[in-house]
This record gives sequence, C-alpha cells and structure tokens, in this order.
Amino acid sequence: MANSCKFPQKPHAKYAEVSDKLWMTCRECGDMIYSKKFHSNSKVCPSCGYYAAMTPVERFELLFDGAKFETIEMPIPSDDPLKFTDKVSYADRLKKYRKSTGEQDVVQTAVGKIDGVETVVLCFNFAFMGGSMGRAVGEGIMKAAGEALARKAPFVLIPASGGARMQEGINSLMQMPRTLMAIEDLKNAGLPYIVVLTNPTTGGVTASFAMVGDVHIAEKGAVIAFAGRRVIEGTIGEKLPDDFQTAEYLREHGMVDIVVERSELKSTLGNVLSLLTNVKKK
Amino acid sequence: MVQLLPFEKSLEKLEVGTPAYDKELASIYNKLSSYQKTLVSRHADRPHGLDYINRIFTDFQELAGDRFYGEDQALIGGLARLDGMPVVVLAQEKGHDIATRQKHNFGLAKPEGYRKAIRLMKMADQFGLPVISLVDTDGAFCGAESEERGVGEAIAQATAQCLRLSVPMISVIIGAGGSGGAIAIAAADKVFMLEHSVYSVISPEGCASILWRDPMMKEAAADAMKITAQDLKKMNIIDGIIDEPVGGAQRARFDAMDSVKTFVVKELKALMKLSSKDLQTQRRKKYDALTR
Repeated sequence: MANSCKFPQKPHAKYAEVSDKLWMTCRECGDMIYSKKFHSNSKVCPSCGYYAAMTPVERFELLFDGAKFETIEMPIPSDDPLKFTDKVSYADRLKKYRKSTGEQDVVQTAVGKIDGVETVVLCFNFAFMGGSMGRAVGEGIMKAAGEALARKAPFVLIPASGGARMQEGINSLMQMPRTLMAIEDLKNAGLPYIVVLTNPTTGGVTASFAMVGDVHIAEKGAVIAFAGRRVIEGTIGEKLPDDFQTAEYLREHGMVDIVVERSELKSTLGNVLSLLTNVKKK
Repeated sequence: MVQLLPFEKSLEKLEVGTPAYDKELASIYNKLSSYQKTLVSRHADRPHGLDYINRIFTDFQELAGDRFYGEDQALIGGLARLDGMPVVVLAQEKGHDIATRQKHNFGLAKPEGYRKAIRLMKMADQFGLPVISLVDTDGAFCGAESEERGVGEAIAQATAQCLRLSVPMISVIIGAGGSGGAIAIAAADKVFMLEHSVYSVISPEGCASILWRDPMMKEAAADAMKITAQDLKKMNIIDGIIDEPVGGAQRARFDAMDSVKTFVVKELKALMKLSSKDLQTQRRKKYDALTR
C-alpha cells in the first residue's frame, strides 16, 4: 500500500473541484494539474495523492463493470418538516443545493454488476449539504436496502457525511433506528452488507448504518469519526495526533477491516463480494 | 428550597406555599419556552436515573461491565422489580454534586457504557424480561478514548439491539435526550417524555454555534429544532407525555417519580400481553412510519 497520501484528508471545502477547464489547481497541494489526468485517476491528485470527493455517478462508473448500471429512483419526502430557519431558511438552502448539484437530496442508488456479482450500491453526495442525513437519506437507505432484499443481492453503502441534518431536528435522529432496521433485514436474509467509508464519515452516520457492515472498507486517509476533532480538542484541552480518526487509525483500533487506495477499491470490493456470495469473478 | 432558575426570579419575593406563590409558579410553568424547558430538564435537583431506581424499583441488583473493556457509571444497569415484575433497567445518571458528577462522568457514557447496555439487553431477551430505560444525557462522551474504542459503533449496535429485542422495551426521557447518546437506549416500543424534558439531535447551544455561528442564539435554536415533549408528541415522534408536578419534577421529586411509575407500569402491562411476534411487528410498523 502506497503511503504518499497526506492524511487526514481535509474535509472538502469546495465542491467545484471538477471543472471543464483543461487545467485545474489541486486544493490540497496547489499544483496545476491536467484535468483529464485528474479524472482518469479517479479524482486523485497526481501530484500529492489528495482524494477529491466523488459524486455518486462517478462512484457508480468507477465500481460497476463496464461503467454500466441502472439507477433506482430515490423517494423524496416532503421538504422542511420543521419549517426551519436559521440565518437562511432551510427551504432556501435546499433550493441552492438542488441547483448546484442537480439532485434532489444526498443519496443516489444504482444496481449493476461488480466483478460479475449483481449488487445494489447507495452513495452519498457530500456536495449536497455536506451529505447530511435527513429524512431523504433515511428513506433512500430503506428503499435501497429493500431493493437489495428483493433482488437477493448484496448491498454496498458509501457514506460521505457531516452527520445529522440539524434543520430537520429530531427527524434526523430518528433515521438512525430506521436505517438500522432496514440493514437488519439484510442480515436476517443472509445478504452481505458492505460499507465503504469515505472522507468524511461522521456523527449520526457513524453512529448508525455506517458502523454495522459485515465488512468495513475505508478509503485511505478518510476521516471517520463520531465527534469532530475540534469538539474533542475542546473537551480535553489538548491537540490530538494528526492521524487521529483516519481510516488507518480506525483499522488499528479494530473498527475497519481494510484500508484501500481508490485505485484498488473496485477490485477489493469485487473480491469480497465474490467470496461472500460464492460467485466466481468475471 | 429548590434553586431558582433565571426565569423564576419573580418567585423570590413570594412565600412558598401561599396562593400567590402557587399562582405565579403555575403561570411561569404554563408558558415555558423551549430553552426554558431545556434549563428545567438540566436542573440539578431534578430526579436522576439512580433516584428513579431507588424510588420506583425494588430489589435492584446492579450489574457492571461490558465484558470487553470496562465499567461505565454514566449508564447504570441491572436487574430489578417494577411493581413486582422482574425487569432489566438501564438508567443514565448525571450525578448531583462534584464527587458524584465525576463518578458518573456527568451522564456522558463511553463505548463501554453502551456495550454494557447491549449485554444487558441480550440478557433481557434470554430471560424474557422487559427492558425499561431512563434517558438523561447531554450526549455520548466526546473524548479521545471514546473515539478510540469506537463510540459510533457502540451506539449503532446498541440502537440495533433495542430494535431486535423479543421482549417489550419502554424508554422514558426523564431530563435530557441528547442525540445519539440517547437513541442508543431509546429505540423502544414506547417512548415517553416527562412534561419538561427535551429530546434533540444536538443541544441548542451546539446548533446555535454551528448554524448561527453564535452560541448566544441558543434560544432561537431551541425553538427552531422543536425539542420539547409537546412538540415531539405533536409530530408523533414520542408516544406520550408524563405530567410533572406544577413547577417541575425538581419541586416534588417523589410525586414526579411516582407518576412515572404508575404510567410505565400501565403501559408495560399492556405490552406484556403481546406475543414476541406481535411486538416485533408493531415495532417494525412504528419505526417504518416514524417521520413519514
């Protein structure tokens, strides 16, 4: 495993990392990089190894054989259950993110083959309100798990989330038991449930469906945490080591099975799925 | 004499027990704001987990340890009888003075606390005992050792364990229902809240810091998040509200605890009539429908 990556990976501050321009600047190392090379490298900076956030569709293209997949429509619950307003109204925030991402909410799901194994994959889009979990995420996971159950297919979930969507208050918290119940159905049916932890996976997401996988695979350098580093540093009044809450740190502490480079993700996932389902790799 | 909260100052001049005092107290408590309720829920004299264990349960036998790492006094667990019925009881305890607050880590449980809860819930299942949980925490402990030992995983597994029980589970939010630290022992068949308790995904102070970038906006945050028992009942997130004595549980501790007992015993008896299968079907429906 290469160790050139600077970790922990920083949270993605800007989402417009993808541009149509020929050249772009890596937000981690500042190097000018050839866009085409960045994209053919699965959005990993060829200079410094920084892992940029991927959209669900980019993930699907990366993971499914021949980049072929069928999307599953995600349910969208009615907006704004609390009629929430802070400095900006939640309704306006939703509008803004829908415009910038072209999606209705955080999660998207697709079904296709990974190394020949038919698999349902749900992926978070960190660019949509920091991948925060509200009712739409809960309903999406329930629908996707149901789809895996109906197809008797493994379920792969790829979180990237700042945690709860505070603008939905208690509705957000209640997605923890709801999603866990959906995952339990897969376990009872003997279907593999694999979590691919990506940068960042935090808060209520870490404290529910993201930590109950049969196998936990994490992308190199990803921050995986319950409470944020700053909150903990505030509590204990000292600075934490650099690798605190990284994928590597979690593996050392027994919470993650495998740490992979993005370039190895598909083959690692394919092998695990093939072994768990006893489908011969194609 | 119970310590007065900032919004109770008008009681200072009045003599306790006089009609004028009672009238003023009732009028204050009839129109508490969300943040005022937050302060009531945190009142130092409010009955805590261990107070309930001592008052409304009998034959309590504490059971300690998660069998992996350690014992966590922020989340107390054990066997006891409730109205004669053997049960497993889980209770978060904040402590009431410096020594007990330290002992119980202010009610902020670590992974071992949640893993002990899992162990005791499995035991409840094994012996067919219902589970009663008393929730009162600002959240799970946010420290390096909590992360090191996988507090997220522990909360997730505890929540999942609540949901897979074959025995009835009742949760009562007696003070603060602090996010993941609460839901880990509150994904129950029936969830009740005391009249002046609160339950939220983040504290009003935390929400204000993040969304308003100003902790002083805690009152606005408390209102916006809808965290009171009354709000949550309206949204069908909880199953019922247990009335408190006028002026809050801190003013009539025994009365408050006794009414929790009466309420819970009645609900538990109803749940005990259901078969495991019916119980699990009903639970499934409840969580499927929740927030829809």
